[in-house]
Amino acid sequence: MTTAASPPAPFDVTRVREDFAILQRRVRGKPLVYLDNAATTQKPQAVIDRIARYYREENANIHRGVHALSVEATDAYDAARERVRRFLNAAEAREIVFVRGATEAINLVAATYGRAHVQRGDEVLISEMEHHSNIVPWQMLCEERGARLRIVPITDTGELRLDEYERLLGPRTRMVAITHVSNALGTLNPVTTLAQLAHQRGAVVLIDGAQAVAHMPVDVRAIGCDFYAFSGHKIFGPTGIGVLYGRAALLEAMPPYQGGGDMIRSVTFEHTSYNDIPHKFEAGTPNIAGVAGLDEAIKYVTAIGLPRVAAYERELLAYGTDALSDIPGLRLTGTAAQKAAILSFVIDDIHPHDIGTILDQDGVAIRAGHHCCQPLMARLGVPATARASLAVYNTREEIDSLVTSLRAARAVFA
Amino acid sequence: MSAELQELYQEVILDHNRRPRNFRVLEGGRTAEGFNPLCGDHLTLYVKVEDGVIADVSFQGSGCAISKASASLMTESVKGKNVSEAARLFERFQQMITAPPDAPVEERDKGVSGDRVQLGKLKALAGVRQFPIRVKCASLAWHTLRAALDSRGELVSTE
Repeated sequence: MTTAASPPAPFDVTRVREDFAILQRRVRGKPLVYLDNAATTQKPQAVIDRIARYYREENANIHRGVHALSVEATDAYDAARERVRRFLNAAEAREIVFVRGATEAINLVAATYGRAHVQRGDEVLISEMEHHSNIVPWQMLCEERGARLRIVPITDTGELRLDEYERLLGPRTRMVAITHVSNALGTLNPVTTLAQLAHQRGAVVLIDGAQAVAHMPVDVRAIGCDFYAFSGHKIFGPTGIGVLYGRAALLEAMPPYQGGGDMIRSVTFEHTSYNDIPHKFEAGTPNIAGVAGLDEAIKYVTAIGLPRVAAYERELLAYGTDALSDIPGLRLTGTAAQKAAILSFVIDDIHPHDIGTILDQDGVAIRAGHHCCQPLMARLGVPATARASLAVYNTREEIDSLVTSLRAARAVFA
Repeated sequence: MSAELQELYQEVILDHNRRPRNFRVLEGGRTAEGFNPLCGDHLTLYVKVEDGVIADVSFQGSGCAISKASASLMTESVKGKNVSEAARLFERFQQMITAPPDAPVEERDKGVSGDRVQLGKLKALAGVRQFPIRVKCASLAWHTLRAALDSRGELVSTE
């Protein structure tokens, strides 16, 4: 964050792009226009170098050794946890659990907190715009426990129906699991309000932050959620590493997720006592290189400044929304008042897959499909959409390339 | 537009996408559902077999231009053929769309004179070779036809 005394330097996207070697690539003879950031983001050189350096100079297992390398690796691992704590403004570093990604974070909560607290006849509340990763773990839990999965509907513009949310929050609601930003629509949900309302009814709240953390400042204490999940690879970090934030009191009371090394205090064949949080949830040798990469990624994006990232992406979104709206026959799906920089759309008489193929020939990478949101697609009445999802390194010129290519697609199908 | 795209989205394909042939429900025959979970393409195939010959065939559903045009062209190609000829045609079609991009598109099996199994209009889909990721789109209708033909015990009758 910047203070009023030192105004931020103007945002220089050219400078940012220099950090991402892959953006210089050509695809099919054309400059790559990477607009699939909701699927995964590209990695800056600093992250790539950090992972290489870990393996080249620092590789050792953590929490074990008496030797220098192991101590260094452990210190670096702990420092990364502290960086994530600061990044999310969590109260304590032990509230940060390293996992494989947002999917594993949600599964962890469903399998531990969920199994311990959701009983027959209880309810878990999710929304119509959830990614499969925030549907299926709860569905599995509800099936196992004889509980009921309830769904908050959305409006035609892709906003959560708050009136329905309040109505569905009932005395049996044990758990609310809702996305911070919709990966398919871009909708930014009013998570602070959602958490407040849920807490008034005694429900525990998990926010899926996979699409939020790389695009706006996130403060878990300001949101007031109990759990927050995100994936490293969607915030310029490596794949296979992610974070679960959980309030310490909840994490402490939860049973462990997986059994193994590191999560124990003492083991006999008769009994095992578990380690303190967060180690209780980190069985086995963790993704140490991944944690180093994530640490560097957070350092990178924090140095740019997430308020600046958010402001820049807001500008890009406005530009892109206008540009796409000018294309005849194009309809944006997801036009919530509060939106992240995701442009999901359909074009009359052109299937999203055909759009995807034609754009790819121009080096423009978008996603076409159901975005792991089949129930949402059914709600919207479309089998699929095309989606351009932006990140801090995208430019207006790239949006222009997208538009040019979309016009060419229309010409093919005219 | 690139040559590859022009070959993929040639006029025949676009025409069959816009106005798919045999796009209707066919009552009293066999049926099968085809679904591509990756992209959401979905079609229902209807086929009526009389004395081992495909007397009528139709489809309904939604999908990309390639899957729709392929289904449409397939219904035209297999109508009137016997079941084993249709199976051979599928084989040849599959070979064509999965061949290396520069392989020639052969019209017919060499040395078999009078073979009724000719790719004919189906050659319009040869451009799929350049786009391996779209092979599933082009072959969805064919897989569904095979499922319908195999489902001997499951005659669908709405009468």
